[in-house]
Amino acid sequence: MLKIENLTKTFDPGTVNEKKVINRLNLQISAGDFITVIGGNGAGKSTMLNLICGVYPADGGKIILAGNEIQDMPEYKRAKDFGRVFQDPLMGTAANMQLAENLALAFRRGKRRGLSWGILEEERELYRKRLATFGLGLEDRLNDKIGLLSGGQRQAVTLLMATLKTPKLLLLDEHTAALDPNTAEIVLNLTDQIISEQNLTALMVTHNMQAAIDHGNRLIMMDKGNIIYDVRGPEKQKLKVEDLLRLFQELSVGGSVSDSMLG
Amino acid sequence: MQFLLAVEGAVAQGLLWSILALGSYLTFRLLNFTDMTVDGSFTTGACVTAVCIANGIPPALALLVSLVAGSFAGAITGFLHNKLEIPEVLAGILTQISLYSINLRIMGRANQQLLQYDTIFKQLKNLLAGIGLELSSDRVAILIGLVFVTIVIVVLYWFFGTEIGSIIRATGNNEAMVRALGQNTQNTKFIALIIANSCIALAGSLVGMYQGAADVGMGAGAIVIGLASIVIGEVILRRVIAFGSKMVAVVIGSIIYRIIVALVLQLGLSTNDLKLITAIIVALALFLPNAVSKHNAKKARELAARENSDA
Repeated sequence: MLKIENLTKTFDPGTVNEKKVINRLNLQISAGDFITVIGGNGAGKSTMLNLICGVYPADGGKIILAGNEIQDMPEYKRAKDFGRVFQDPLMGTAANMQLAENLALAFRRGKRRGLSWGILEEERELYRKRLATFGLGLEDRLNDKIGLLSGGQRQAVTLLMATLKTPKLLLLDEHTAALDPNTAEIVLNLTDQIISEQNLTALMVTHNMQAAIDHGNRLIMMDKGNIIYDVRGPEKQKLKVEDLLRLFQELSVGGSVSDSMLG
Repeated sequence: MQFLLAVEGAVAQGLLWSILALGSYLTFRLLNFTDMTVDGSFTTGACVTAVCIANGIPPALALLVSLVAGSFAGAITGFLHNKLEIPEVLAGILTQISLYSINLRIMGRANQQLLQYDTIFKQLKNLLAGIGLELSSDRVAILIGLVFVTIVIVVLYWFFGTEIGSIIRATGNNEAMVRALGQNTQNTKFIALIIANSCIALAGSLVGMYQGAADVGMGAGAIVIGLASIVIGEVILRRVIAFGSKMVAVVIGSIIYRIIVALVLQLGLSTNDLKLITAIIVALALFLPNAVSKHNAKKARELAARENSDA
């Protein structure tokens, strides 16, 4: 479904800060995969996601989505195929606009926007229904400005926005990292619920190794801009956090477990 | 009595200038884009209208031509910012300064009188006189101002409720989100700049006709007047949140600004002092809300401290 070939990205090339964040990375994602991504700080997890959806261009390599090379397309053109949820709850929504307006913007992701009304009455009913399945009481707050919602609620809304129009690939960039453990759990469960209901293909970056084991059907570990471990199915289910830490020590180039690995 | 007449004039001016303030509101507040084109596009509106009218083009058509000219001014700033990647403030300043020369070229001289020609103000005044309704020039201007302000607000309200309008509002909130939702933010900014500067040129056209002259220097400081109207409106109508009401607040702000100016002139200050006074009004309007909230926070702290010591 999505194939990454020899992807390379260097930040600040030719300066003292030069950093090869992604180094000839290869990855093949099949339809229906729910992949969790772990790795230390600077391993290139977020950069990989940002390269896939085109926040910045890759230096080299190919990104092939459903047979089409997309690595040279601008971000806004790729957006029709990707649903995204960011680490910062402020990043996924427009604070000064109503909840319903935000959803209506997302409902038209990748569509040519014209002069018809920005939100139709029947859409409100759809949004109310979808929000009601979250069990967070958001269905009664359609007319509230997003800025009035809590971080967890905003992430739940962003999650709905990312999947309202079914994406080919859902990209979750540590979307629960900024939330308290309770809320993070709620949002993670919502994530599971949405992915299984819509049978989505997803890539989820997380610092929480237990969550990486508990969720999804495949796990990849990244280090120094490349994938050092890739496991799926029953073998993944048997993993324990200690196994991951040991594996990381064995496989990573530096060999030491950074604090950030201990979620 | 003399002051009441001055107030009438102030209301008329406030209404006509409020269209400029509405244009600035779109870029400064809705799009979060510091657009400095204003001084230039306002003057362009007046100059184009003056030249059109002096060449026998009907005033109503001259208004439309000015509006289109303003849209070009906005497009240039958009082009400089989007395609040449010039920072937004500088892009606007470059357009503004180049418009000074362009406006001189348009008129062929520094100013153009309209006193001997028909304007929509004179036309309406004569029309009303024809049916036995004798109105002062200021009252006619208030009437025309009300009509145009209403049209502009209705059109903007409609446009910013559409799919395109909604995504433009979102661009001012969160550009990264807009791109993630598949919209080119360069296009949304471009469209907003065009609409804003069309409004501003429309205001220039109306003000030029009302004053009976266009002058290449008439736009100097227009941007600050627009900002003054926006912040006065926001300070006075602090609780409104709906888009339509916020636009009405801008119009009210513009009228209040003109009344303040009229008052100050009545007190004996000269028109030469106006720019200084405007700057002081803006500074005060921006400072006061902060001062009030700081004062309230201090009072709340004192109250909490007293309750603590009581307990």
